[in-house]
Amino acid sequence: MSQARKLLSRWGETFLPVVAVAAALVVGAVMLLALNVNPLEAYGAMLTGVVGSVSGFTQALVKATPLLLVGLGITIAFRGGVINIGGEGQLIVGALAATAVALALPGWPGVVLLPMTLAAGIVGGAAWGGVPGALKARLGVNEILSTIMMNQIAVQLANYLLRGPMIDPAEIAAGTQIAQSAQLPEQVWLVRLVPRTLLNAGAIIAVVAAALVYIFLWRTTIGYRIRAVGLNPDAARFAGIRVPLYQALSLILGGAFAGLAGAVEVLGVQHRMLEGLSGGYGFSGIVAALFGKLHPLGMIPSSILFGGLLVGADKMQRAVQVPSALIGTLLGLIVLFVVSSDIWVRYRARRRQTHE
Amino acid sequence: MSELFTLPVLLGILYSGVRLATPYLYAAIGEMFAQRSGVLNLGVEGIMLMGAYTAFFVAMSTHNLWLGLLAACLVGLLMGLLMAFVSVTLQAEQGISGIGLHLFGLGLSSLLFKKTLGSVESISGFQPVKIPVLGDLPLIGEVLFNHNLLVYGAFVLVPVAWWVLTRTTLGLKIRAVGVKPEAADSLGVSVTRIRYFTVGLGGVLAGVAGASLSIALINLFQENMTNGQGFIAVALVYFGGWTPFGVMGGALLFSFVNALQLWIQVKGINLSSDVAVMLPYILTIVALAVGRRSQQPAALAKPFERGEN
Repeated sequence: MSQARKLLSRWGETFLPVVAVAAALVVGAVMLLALNVNPLEAYGAMLTGVVGSVSGFTQALVKATPLLLVGLGITIAFRGGVINIGGEGQLIVGALAATAVALALPGWPGVVLLPMTLAAGIVGGAAWGGVPGALKARLGVNEILSTIMMNQIAVQLANYLLRGPMIDPAEIAAGTQIAQSAQLPEQVWLVRLVPRTLLNAGAIIAVVAAALVYIFLWRTTIGYRIRAVGLNPDAARFAGIRVPLYQALSLILGGAFAGLAGAVEVLGVQHRMLEGLSGGYGFSGIVAALFGKLHPLGMIPSSILFGGLLVGADKMQRAVQVPSALIGTLLGLIVLFVVSSDIWVRYRARRRQTHE
Repeated sequence: MSELFTLPVLLGILYSGVRLATPYLYAAIGEMFAQRSGVLNLGVEGIMLMGAYTAFFVAMSTHNLWLGLLAACLVGLLMGLLMAFVSVTLQAEQGISGIGLHLFGLGLSSLLFKKTLGSVESISGFQPVKIPVLGDLPLIGEVLFNHNLLVYGAFVLVPVAWWVLTRTTLGLKIRAVGVKPEAADSLGVSVTRIRYFTVGLGGVLAGVAGASLSIALINLFQENMTNGQGFIAVALVYFGGWTPFGVMGGALLFSFVNALQLWIQVKGINLSSDVAVMLPYILTIVALAVGRRSQQPAALAKPFERGEN
């Protein structure tokens, strides 16, 4: 194979996810036509809604923050060969734990309380990921199904806590009974980066986390073992790696990052815990992780892109009255296209083997 | 607690338990066929949602419940074939592609609901048909033999599925493909064709499962109305040890817990209703932990490639 063609095929593999997104947008355009909407107008509204103003772009970054953190957790799990669908539940429990700690110690100074609150989120998410992890390691329970069930349980747990023990006393006094916690003490709020927008220091935390995950997976022994288990569990076992332990660990770490995402969302954006906080980040985080080719640094542009898509969908809904549910459909298609395109990568790899 | 469990209350819980087993049965029996042939279809939930929406919309606009059911079958078939194409022909990772199919179905059913209906409306669905003689039996007559046709259909499906799987050539081929696809292939059984068939069938039955919710049990459509039932159905296949009667046992256990849970909510018992709502999901995890994994089809979730050795 000529040098040029080799280069071309490598580029092809790198940009397969981009092709997948483009293909999904084309299918989306057909659906828009079926709904009697001009696709150019709809996608135009999406694009200008995001890049056309400072507020649109910062909104995209605000949404990219939890996507990046959740996606990092999913990246670790997938690299370890376990499929973590539980980002949603882990994020919710992380947010609940962070809220509980911040509300329990309102008089404490921010320098102490803020790290404690973030740590609570990490621990909460790790625990929620740890249950499926332990069940997989000990009893061989399918982690896809157990993490999905843990999502449902987390939603109910949040409903219960936010209507009962954790409800804002002001809500009871006013008789409105909205399911949300009291506002967190101001010293734990994350700094806003751009005035009059929601963009906050959480975005910096997420980018630092991405760098740390990269170092962890590629520069530490534990990270190396996690990847070895994911690449080939049998070979890893022969090499003396305790496979179940590392599978459980990758679920726990995955949960930790999703939990951190929940804490950051509470501390940076909402300043309280409320129902529906997660907004599907657990699932869109999977899409972003796949698009980022399960690479922590690739996740950074990927999460910005998908944050933009989510914001763009809202703008499109307002501009051309297309329900933002369209974006959910497109996310599903992107997943299907990305995993389907794997066969092309494998085919190229085999051809290269036989040719060289 | 004593006034809680009077005889009429108990019969009521049993009656709705049998009713609520319907979507689980259709979806889980369909999924069982797919898994017995080696394909893990995690998109059941998304297919159910599309089936529920389609059945409701068609039934409402044509005033014909059977057309609604038929449309749900077709949509289920299409989505099943899409999953088969991705997982069998393109050999994609099945766990993730199933989640993709689920997101697609969830998004599309919400989108269509908002565009075509806009608000939650109810229709008059399939009505109970009392079976002569049996329906007049004391106690069990009311609990077992006074349901609508889709409920009966779900329970008839169980022995039929058992018969197909264990007593027919087709069933033998399905099982062979799920355990040792290379061997089946060398004997001239087309692994691809069998898997397309089972995943397509699973899609049709998941479509019916969704339809049973929207035009026979609840008689309305709302966004994400399945609320995890499709995923529970996948778990029931594990729990039932990949056999039709095992799956039925699991489905009944779940639907009774569900019926009990609904009753607790209605009664507003001190034990918080939010905790009661968690019960089915906690039970699913327990069920997965105690399931008989030794019977798992050997080639489950492994793509088959011909001539690879």
